[in-house]
Amino acid sequence: MTPPRDAAATAARDRAAEYLVSRHRYRWAEALPWLACIAVFFLFPDRLTFGSQVLVMVLFALSLDLILGYAGIVTLGHAAFFGIGAYTVGLGAAKLGWTEPVSGLFAAFVLASIGGFVSGWFLLRYRGLTLLMLTLATAIMLQEAGNLGSEFTGGYDGLPGLVFDPLLGRFEYDLYGHTNYVYALVVLAVVFYFVRRIVYSPFGQALTGIRENVRRMHAIGSPVHWRLVTVYTIAAGIAGIAGALFTQTNAYVTLTVFEFENSAKVMVMLILGGTGRLYGAFLGAAVYMIMEDYFSKLSPTFWQFGIGLLLVLAVLFARRGVLGLFEQAGAYFAKDKNKGSKP
Amino acid sequence: MKMLKWAGTAALALALGGTTAQAENIKIGVVLAFSGANADLGQQIDKAFDLYVKLHAKDIAPHTVTLVKRDEGPPTGANAKTVTTELITNDKVQILTGFNFSPSAIAVAPVVTQAKIPMVIANAGTAWITNLSPYITRLSFSMWHHGYPMGPFAFDKIGCKTVAVAYTDFPPGKDSTDAFKAGFEKAGGKVTDSIPLGSPVQVPDFTPFFQRIKDSKPDCMYVFIPSGAHATGVAKAYGELGMRKAGIKLIGPLDLIPDNKLQDMGDAVIGTIVMGNYAVDLDNAENKAFTEAWHKEYGKDSYPDFMSAAGWDTMHAIFDTIKKLNGNVADGAKFVEAMKGWKTKSPRGDVMIDPATRDIVQDEHAMEVIRKPDGKLGIKVLGTTKAVKDECKVLKIGRCGS
Amino acid sequence: MPQFAIIAVSILFDGLAYAMFLFITSVGLSVTMGLMGFVNLAHGAFAMAGGYIVVSLTRDLGIGFAPSLAIAAVAVGAVSVVFERGLYRRLYKATDLEQVLLTIGLAFMAIATATYLYGPIPKSVPLPPWLQGDINLGFRAFPTYRAFLIVLGIALISVLWYGFEKTNIGAKIRAAVDNRRMAESVGINVDLLFTLTFALGSGLAALGGGLAIQLFGLSPSFAVLYLVLFLIVVAVGGLGSLKGTLLAALVIGVIDTGGKYLYAEAGGFFIYAITVIVLLIKPAGFYGRE
Repeated sequence: MTPPRDAAATAARDRAAEYLVSRHRYRWAEALPWLACIAVFFLFPDRLTFGSQVLVMVLFALSLDLILGYAGIVTLGHAAFFGIGAYTVGLGAAKLGWTEPVSGLFAAFVLASIGGFVSGWFLLRYRGLTLLMLTLATAIMLQEAGNLGSEFTGGYDGLPGLVFDPLLGRFEYDLYGHTNYVYALVVLAVVFYFVRRIVYSPFGQALTGIRENVRRMHAIGSPVHWRLVTVYTIAAGIAGIAGALFTQTNAYVTLTVFEFENSAKVMVMLILGGTGRLYGAFLGAAVYMIMEDYFSKLSPTFWQFGIGLLLVLAVLFARRGVLGLFEQAGAYFAKDKNKGSKP
Repeated sequence: MKMLKWAGTAALALALGGTTAQAENIKIGVVLAFSGANADLGQQIDKAFDLYVKLHAKDIAPHTVTLVKRDEGPPTGANAKTVTTELITNDKVQILTGFNFSPSAIAVAPVVTQAKIPMVIANAGTAWITNLSPYITRLSFSMWHHGYPMGPFAFDKIGCKTVAVAYTDFPPGKDSTDAFKAGFEKAGGKVTDSIPLGSPVQVPDFTPFFQRIKDSKPDCMYVFIPSGAHATGVAKAYGELGMRKAGIKLIGPLDLIPDNKLQDMGDAVIGTIVMGNYAVDLDNAENKAFTEAWHKEYGKDSYPDFMSAAGWDTMHAIFDTIKKLNGNVADGAKFVEAMKGWKTKSPRGDVMIDPATRDIVQDEHAMEVIRKPDGKLGIKVLGTTKAVKDECKVLKIGRCGS
Repeated sequence: MPQFAIIAVSILFDGLAYAMFLFITSVGLSVTMGLMGFVNLAHGAFAMAGGYIVVSLTRDLGIGFAPSLAIAAVAVGAVSVVFERGLYRRLYKATDLEQVLLTIGLAFMAIATATYLYGPIPKSVPLPPWLQGDINLGFRAFPTYRAFLIVLGIALISVLWYGFEKTNIGAKIRAAVDNRRMAESVGINVDLLFTLTFALGSGLAALGGGLAIQLFGLSPSFAVLYLVLFLIVVAVGGLGSLKGTLLAALVIGVIDTGGKYLYAEAGGFFIYAITVIVLLIKPAGFYGRE
């Protein structure tokens, strides 16, 4: 039997539906980061090598945002999947002669996803510090395994002189990194589109529910474990793509991609930018890397002080990350305009 | 913020790009480990670069050089590749030098080939790096320079019939021990145990490894570690376990006793015998002048080490080549060509760049750590092998053959 | 004594010494994380600071090694209160992630500061004669310094155990770890308690840093280099548990040492393998609350 509806309830329901729909509508502000990326290509043509490294980290941070920001899974082993992706295309090119770059990305996605699925199925039963240490240990054990098999993986000296086919059979990798930059940007945009679809889908809403109140999600019969494993698998795959891009843009990879530092750094970037908002990954990775680049030019020896200070100040004054600052500023100016649409 | 910064850099690049004059200002990109766990390795070379430029700027007059320094970052290769590419594309450097870590040099090799910029390596020691690009020359050493001659020397002169080898578990460590094994087994010795000592990042607790060696009682133990913080750890563990008393001699490449850490190592290292290309105590006129200038500039408690000596020679070779080309360094291939066969009397002894391999040919000294009359620790040269080439390339082992 | 017994004894001895270092350095981290749920990744920076104070005191002022250790522990413990009151306090209610960001930032700043003050070259300290050499027990000689580590560790554990289990303040700490709100509602000043334990933990970390110089050498990156190791001890032991931290330190110390001795080829695996096995079976660690 359907419960009787009165007008107020219907109105409330419509408002809620409208809100949910409006959230995944594209807003004009979302064009800004992409326009900035395109502008960089034309304004700073001799800094594109650095630029493509930033884009790779943005992609990596984005994959972490999917699990950390949306599903609340805190991990210190995300570098494991980055590494699997990096070595998929690295070993593929060095040992199998698989030098076509775009199909390499797919292979990296698949293998890293498998890694994510297997480890996620075992590990996502745990939470908090336990999960942190389990993921961390997994990544380091992969690294150790790679070192044991250094005849094959090249160990810490890595796989040198990887040569990839020209992109789409046409575009050579130039010294200035034009090709790499555009390549990384397009890959990022495509992945971003899918990630955005995911987080605003019912599945994404369920993840947020798990993050906010896991007991209630269990109570309403949501398959919590499977949802977490699913998103973990997807995020692992995306991290794998980031790793594959990393190898391809550098034409080189060493075992240090599995390092704890790599996992920690991407997490720091994401928190700095702001978690659970997609564009936080953009801002965090960009701000962190540009500041790191700037400080390390200013003082190659003491630049860590500047980065450290940046992080401390961000925590003290920008609680919701750098993106939070922008949002506050935006909300301040647009207070009146948005009044009606807030639920 | 991103925009402002990049705009600023671009403006600077424009301003700097516009200099043209008879007297060339040559920009040299310096990529060294200035931060991180191995920051002291970068500093040792950086100091040597600065000192050489300061003392010898007049040698290349009317031309001048500007050093553009960038942090090499962790030994991942990626960071080094990015900063090096930007040194070329953005800062428009004409010569690249530095490179503490082998992965950095390996990652950068294709970039310099593509950009046709000479790359002069001041440290990175994986043997086959010089094969990766015709634009690479190396003034430092390959792991085989020290490891291979140590083999016969240990067998014939030190009296090691059996040796346990222990190495930090990364490619230079394997290189070094392979080189030693090749020389040692050829001389008739027997390697009894081969122990990896964990990752190059963290200094491990060496005690369990060394205890195992102590229990197996070989005549000598050959140890390779990266010369940073690990070296002190080896000296401490070796001393604590009383291994010398137990009759096990400590031998290895000179990374075991970097000059800038030697004084801290204590009595435990006395009697350690290393094979290497440099020590502060080497007795030659060039070294006296070098160490005096060093102490004058950086104080009496600061010591140059083998990396500094390589850094010094690196800058020396670059300056001589600039002079030879009269400042006309735009053609990278010509620069490399001009460097081939370069030779000098260096603080390390006689050095030459092998025209065939672009790698260093140098004297290798067998050195024993002693307590000097003035109470400080120092070394005594037991013997010198002249003109040692990188044996890995001579014997064409693995990648060295390609 | 047969050969395998001698080997077993020396693994136990070396492992025990290593375990004592792990325990001393990690126990503070365990208590801070257990009591306030505060993720303090700058813990290693306090250890590093202790190490450098010991270096300065012994080398520049000629103070003995043992008194230097004590001074360093007290000094760092005192200074840590400033950080706790000034910075950490603001973030007790914040998320783990923000705490991570703050403390990693502090660790980075500490590294740069130490590089500025002491340079990047690893430092070592002169040991007094009574800590040098070895003690010969006939079948085996043991390094004196490691014996000292073990004795010191046992002494500290006794004191901490007494303080935790037998004193009023220890009871309060245990109460607060078990249930903070309940403890507060019965009138325990958890804030003050936390400041005290934080200072104690940082002081112990500083002591550990001083002791570590002889084992690993000391360079600025010490602040983050061994952090993973400390976190492993904390996680395997269980948050906020003295007993757990001790057991974890012992297990990890002995198995790691044994692994390196017997199967050096896979030396790196052991610590992580133990971690994974223990946590898969006991997710909250040996003595953590599930």
